[in-house]
Amino acid sequence: MAKTSVPQIKMPLTGNDAGAYAMKQVNPDVVAAYPITPQTELMQEFAQYVHDGDVDTAFITVESEHSAMSACIGAAAAGARTMTATSANGFALMWEVLYIAASLRLPITMAVVNRALSGPINIHCDHSDSMGARDAGWIQMYAENPQEAYDLWLIGIKAAENHDVLLPAMIMYDGFIISHTMEVVETLPDDAVKDYVGPYKPAYAMLLDEKPFTVGPLDFHDYYFEHKRQEIEGMERAPAALAAAAAEYEKLSGRHYGPVETYRADDADVIMVALGSTAGTARYVVDVLRDQGKSVGLMKLRTFRPFPHGEVTDALGKTKCVVVCDRVASFGAFGSPTFMELRSALYEVAERPLVINYIYGLGGRDTGPDLLEQAFEEGLRVARTGEIEQHVSYLGVR
Amino acid sequence: MTTLKELSRREERFTGGHRLCSGCGAAIVARQVLLAADGPVVIGNATGCLEVGTTIYPYTSWKVPWIHNAFENVAATISGVETAYRVFKEQGKLDKDFHFIAFGGDGGTYDIGLQALSGVLERGHKMLYVCYDNQAYMNTGIQRSGATPKGASTTTAPHGKLIPGKIRRRKDLTAIVAAHHIPYAAQAAPHAFMDLVRKVEKALAADGPSFINILAPCHRGWRHGPEETLEVSRIATNTCFWPLYEIVDDRWKLTYKPRNKLPAEEWMKFQGRFAHLFDGDGHPELVAEIQADVDREWEDLLIRCGELPPRECGDEEEKK
Ligand SMILES: Cc1ncc(C[n+]2csc(CCOP(=O)(O)OP(=O)(O)O)c2C)c(N)n1
Ligand code: SF4
Ligand SMILES: [Mg+2]
Repeated sequence: MAKTSVPQIKMPLTGNDAGAYAMKQVNPDVVAAYPITPQTELMQEFAQYVHDGDVDTAFITVESEHSAMSACIGAAAAGARTMTATSANGFALMWEVLYIAASLRLPITMAVVNRALSGPINIHCDHSDSMGARDAGWIQMYAENPQEAYDLWLIGIKAAENHDVLLPAMIMYDGFIISHTMEVVETLPDDAVKDYVGPYKPAYAMLLDEKPFTVGPLDFHDYYFEHKRQEIEGMERAPAALAAAAAEYEKLSGRHYGPVETYRADDADVIMVALGSTAGTARYVVDVLRDQGKSVGLMKLRTFRPFPHGEVTDALGKTKCVVVCDRVASFGAFGSPTFMELRSALYEVAERPLVINYIYGLGGRDTGPDLLEQAFEEGLRVARTGEIEQHVSYLGVR
Repeated sequence: MTTLKELSRREERFTGGHRLCSGCGAAIVARQVLLAADGPVVIGNATGCLEVGTTIYPYTSWKVPWIHNAFENVAATISGVETAYRVFKEQGKLDKDFHFIAFGGDGGTYDIGLQALSGVLERGHKMLYVCYDNQAYMNTGIQRSGATPKGASTTTAPHGKLIPGKIRRRKDLTAIVAAHHIPYAAQAAPHAFMDLVRKVEKALAADGPSFINILAPCHRGWRHGPEETLEVSRIATNTCFWPLYEIVDDRWKLTYKPRNKLPAEEWMKFQGRFAHLFDGDGHPELVAEIQADVDREWEDLLIRCGELPPRECGDEEEKK
């Protein structure tokens, strides 16, 4: 293991425990949240920290997720470090204000415990909630396990609050699969977290100031576009801010976090792309198939926004076939969101790989090694023959 | 209590030159409230005429910190600001005292923002919520709201051949708010200037959430002259259509009792939005119904304020 500048404290934590523990160590000024499965535990655990006096956070037990994000916006505009968490329908109820948080350039951070969006109503994991808000102006990172949920939230805060960026960030982890599964997580000591995130310094005077300051005025065709352009440019500066935050974090933790992560992919004929917990399963399947002499590898996509097109082309540009697995459908589109983004990123590559798309795991449908193996086998066939039979298909559906 | 003279010397923190219609009741209300709120204050504004007309980028009429978030969430937004303030105070990062005031229109308060308002009142944030009630969604072009009175013609409940405007009663928002048992709630109107100022002062001094429902005539929607804003406001209180009262720690108290309660017709005839009730054959049955509603609500209020003995169960039946 890499040498770290601070000791790592091992704790058995679920994803929700890890999220709540990260919040406790950050000790934000304001948290506003509303219960929804599978996020609820995180909120309850954090409430316990508040009521035990372990944090100085003011915890607003709002009457809805719309008000949760609205109160976060008010608090952040007053200069407070602000955090929240939600899932699925609660996330959907925040929709309107997600965009407003980003446009006001308020670096709120939020855990999104991924759950299928209604309807029909369901409580289990897919990525339909967070994927739908991919154009809301938030940084989006998907965690593979409780360890990443903890680490990415800390990195996310630092990048979001970077004055070159000033955009909110959401950290996704799979409902139940990560949120309710206990693993040994290496945490940092309290002081190390405190030093790492540092005191929150807003970029400009906020509401609680002598100076009159108008936040959120009506912005017509004469200025709106420029403000949106500035917001886009903030997002364009996010990769550098994320890289800097991750590099500093690596010194503390020994754990490296880039926007993508590859596994046995360098010489692979077929590379599977997956987000979240499925990447763990895929890594196992890669080993199984490699043992059988098959040329396969994995690219885990960690950062979805900003989409790391450079890293994606570097990782995938030389392979023969890319198999994109997405836990979400995009109705009427040619393939799922990751498929679309990724194919677009590969367009400039001279000898670009063939790309096929699998939609899997909707509503928490279990996706085991057998299904991923099936997808790899089709990828190997495409790599061999150079022919795609079907661009977009499904795994594990009747 | 601050005198008119003292008020006249205070700095104007809601400036002129905004783009609300001349004679707009909402503008008068905003100015009066801000004059009464001495010292540092943070304002929240729901989407609606007041917000749209006062902060067209890069201009602003507000010489105080001000935030607009969306239509239905001004209560939640200001609750976040107030919470941050409390935390900063506890952390010793801030020594100045601030007041927090949220402005919402009737649409943003009676209807789409009711839930957020209720949440804020229940959670006990120390802030004043002002509903400037112009009785319709004016900013989007005079659509009916939960505050639109029975009989009024609006663009979504227009006077038609079959249906003569809005046929439902308005909801009693101030009573809904009072059911949250907050320390201070009141109803006010801009023509009763000193009464309004005094209510704002009391509300801001309350130890917890406070609420004032302020009538804000809109001559575009109500159809009267722009110079008649305060007159129509006065008639609303003298017909008892819009009584002035306050609720301090659950005790109801009238703050104005008209010497002669005028017929509701006088309030309606003053405004074009009720004209169809009187033109030609008119709708005398609806006018009578509206009068009965006003009478009943006024009587209920007098009972709540201890000006009349409580009604016994069954009184209603005996009367028939
Ligand atoms: C969620 C949402 N729904 C609808 C609108 C459109 N809208 C903007 S202002 C407004 C009416 C505001 O009415 P009110 O609160 O009574 O304020 P007024 O304009 O009358 O002052 C409406 C419907 C919106 N901005 N947001
Ligand atoms: S439409 Fe009515 S509420 Fe809106 S600015 Fe004009 S007078 Fe005021
Ligand atoms: Mg209105």
